[in-house]
Amino acid sequence: MKPTRDQRLWMYEAMYRSRRLDDAVLAAYMEGKTPVFHMGKGPLPGEMHQSFGQEPCAAGVCVHLGKDDAVGAGHRPHHVAVARGVDLKKMVAELFGKKTGLSGGRGGHMHLYSAEVNFFSSGIIAEGMGPGAGMALARKMQGKPGIAVAYIGDGAANQGAFHEVLNMVGLWKLPFICVIEDNKYGVSVHKKDSTAIDRNSDRAAAYGIAGEFVSGNDPDLIFEAAGRAVQRARSGQGGSILELETERLHGHFIGDSGGYRPDAERKAMKDPIPAYRDRLLAEKVSSVAEMTSLEAKVQGQVDEAMRFGRESEYPDATDALKRLYA
Amino acid sequence: MAQPVPAAAAGSERTLTMARAGREAVFSEMRKNPDMFVIGEDVAKLGGVFGTTVGMAEEFGASRIIDTPISETGFIGIATGAAMAGMRPIVEIAFVDFIGVCFNQIYNFAAKTHYMSGGQFKVPLTFMIGYGGGYNDAAQHSQTLFATLGHVPGIKIVTPADAYDAKGLMASCLQDDNVTVWMVHKRLWGLGWLGFPLPKALATVPEHDYTIPFGQSRIWREGGDVTIVGLGLTVHNALQAAEQLASEGISAEVLDLRSVVPLDREGIFKSVAKTGRLVVADEDYMSFGVTSEVLAVVAERDPTVLKAPAVRVAYPDVPVPFSRPMEDFCLPNVERIVAAVKSTMKGKQ
Repeated sequence: MKPTRDQRLWMYEAMYRSRRLDDAVLAAYMEGKTPVFHMGKGPLPGEMHQSFGQEPCAAGVCVHLGKDDAVGAGHRPHHVAVARGVDLKKMVAELFGKKTGLSGGRGGHMHLYSAEVNFFSSGIIAEGMGPGAGMALARKMQGKPGIAVAYIGDGAANQGAFHEVLNMVGLWKLPFICVIEDNKYGVSVHKKDSTAIDRNSDRAAAYGIAGEFVSGNDPDLIFEAAGRAVQRARSGQGGSILELETERLHGHFIGDSGGYRPDAERKAMKDPIPAYRDRLLAEKVSSVAEMTSLEAKVQGQVDEAMRFGRESEYPDATDALKRLYA
Repeated sequence: MAQPVPAAAAGSERTLTMARAGREAVFSEMRKNPDMFVIGEDVAKLGGVFGTTVGMAEEFGASRIIDTPISETGFIGIATGAAMAGMRPIVEIAFVDFIGVCFNQIYNFAAKTHYMSGGQFKVPLTFMIGYGGGYNDAAQHSQTLFATLGHVPGIKIVTPADAYDAKGLMASCLQDDNVTVWMVHKRLWGLGWLGFPLPKALATVPEHDYTIPFGQSRIWREGGDVTIVGLGLTVHNALQAAEQLASEGISAEVLDLRSVVPLDREGIFKSVAKTGRLVVADEDYMSFGVTSEVLAVVAERDPTVLKAPAVRVAYPDVPVPFSRPMEDFCLPNVERIVAAVKSTMKGKQ
């Protein structure tokens, strides 16, 4: 199944929104952190793992999802949250630690939760596997429609949770998709130095589920493979591993210069967003005027969200003691 | 505050073991709530290693009583996600020692999700866990670990000492919208293969449903000279110690915490303020544990109520040894409690 014109524009817009957000966050993050970099300083303190280059993985999968579905992301969650439709203003406010944030400032950038779109993220590697599959189990037990998708990185496929959960996904035929974003690095360690086989999607055979590897960081190809996995899940045929070759254009987090990556590899990195824009124009899917207008709209949304995040109030300090229990 | 156990209506009560009483609460809540299910190792065909789920697979079927692979991280994660999506899972971990396998999923995700989500996601998830030694099962199957779980914010922990509390505290856990842990000492279950149940662990249990609030301790025996605080099995050891001490003219009050989290700080202090002496008995490791926290209650509120230094009778800070004389030496048994109480009474007579 090839994407329609609307779906291709939706994917471009989702990728572009994530990118403009990450650009704005990067600029704001560096405020107060020069000339001496201190992670705890500035309006956006703490670790910041950005999604530069990995946007196609979010857009190409989430375009298939509806309100009944659930999505879990990892420690690099921005592109997935954006493609899932998490409220941008509340999300940015959460990054700033503000009262108006998704969790009132209790979560932060790695712990984004939005119940209204069944979205969560976790900063511990592969930790979303179980909860994601549990959301799939709940839908099955309650006889409700919907599937669940958990995003992890290629490094997370070496965690025990990955294997334990996929075994149960296969055993119980859960409507679940494990999306592996293969950016080839777990912080500084290359996949070839951490993983005994080339493709984690091959591990699907061990759990009786489907596995597919998609090369090229290409939204259209991801769309097609994701469509197959979603169809399997929705029709009761069970789970899938979808391993998506992608590119981490920046360091592991802001402040990581990525000096461990070979120069040739860094020079060969391609940014998927301008490439996709060029393709949509070359194939006459869209016009320059339409693209420009779409981009201006998205930039406006990002600017507004950043302004909202900055200008919102901090929570009362004593709110730290609230919300432990339901 | 400490409360006496209310008398049950005549004619509606039976004497039950703790395993049966706890199970009765699960049956009742499962019948009322179709979103509730049990998941864990050996819960369906076997009925739980400690008999927690006997008969449930027959009544509720394989879709609600789910045998899992030996994958604690996996199924606890799955249960957490199911809870976030509106289900009410009950997770069996037969031996508390096994939380070492899957603790990340408990303390970094299940316990924190309500808070980290700013209250958007509830995690109504109840663990049924066995703990404790005294039957030579050695270092990896005999631990108590109240403090390991209790140290993590976001988890409520109860440990009944008799069948009446087993049912009421289980019902409270199952009705709560948070991560709750119902822990029972293995020697209290009432399983033949771990010895006959201690007489006081058996109790008359009403057939009707009831709950026991979290954080409400229970006075098993009133006394005027010393407060012995215990929980789970150490309540029974404390009661035996109190009997023995009474014959020597020492009047001991026995306070059962029932909840580790939340802790009945008011109840503890009220009793110690009355008796002026404190002994705390716990089978968990001594340092940074329940015994330390109970002493902190008195130290923070008013240490001048103490007429003598408080004494802790806990597990020494070593792994549980296998050999019978070594394990017996380490347990917070009656003799150690009696000796501790006497040390607080020095100079009184």
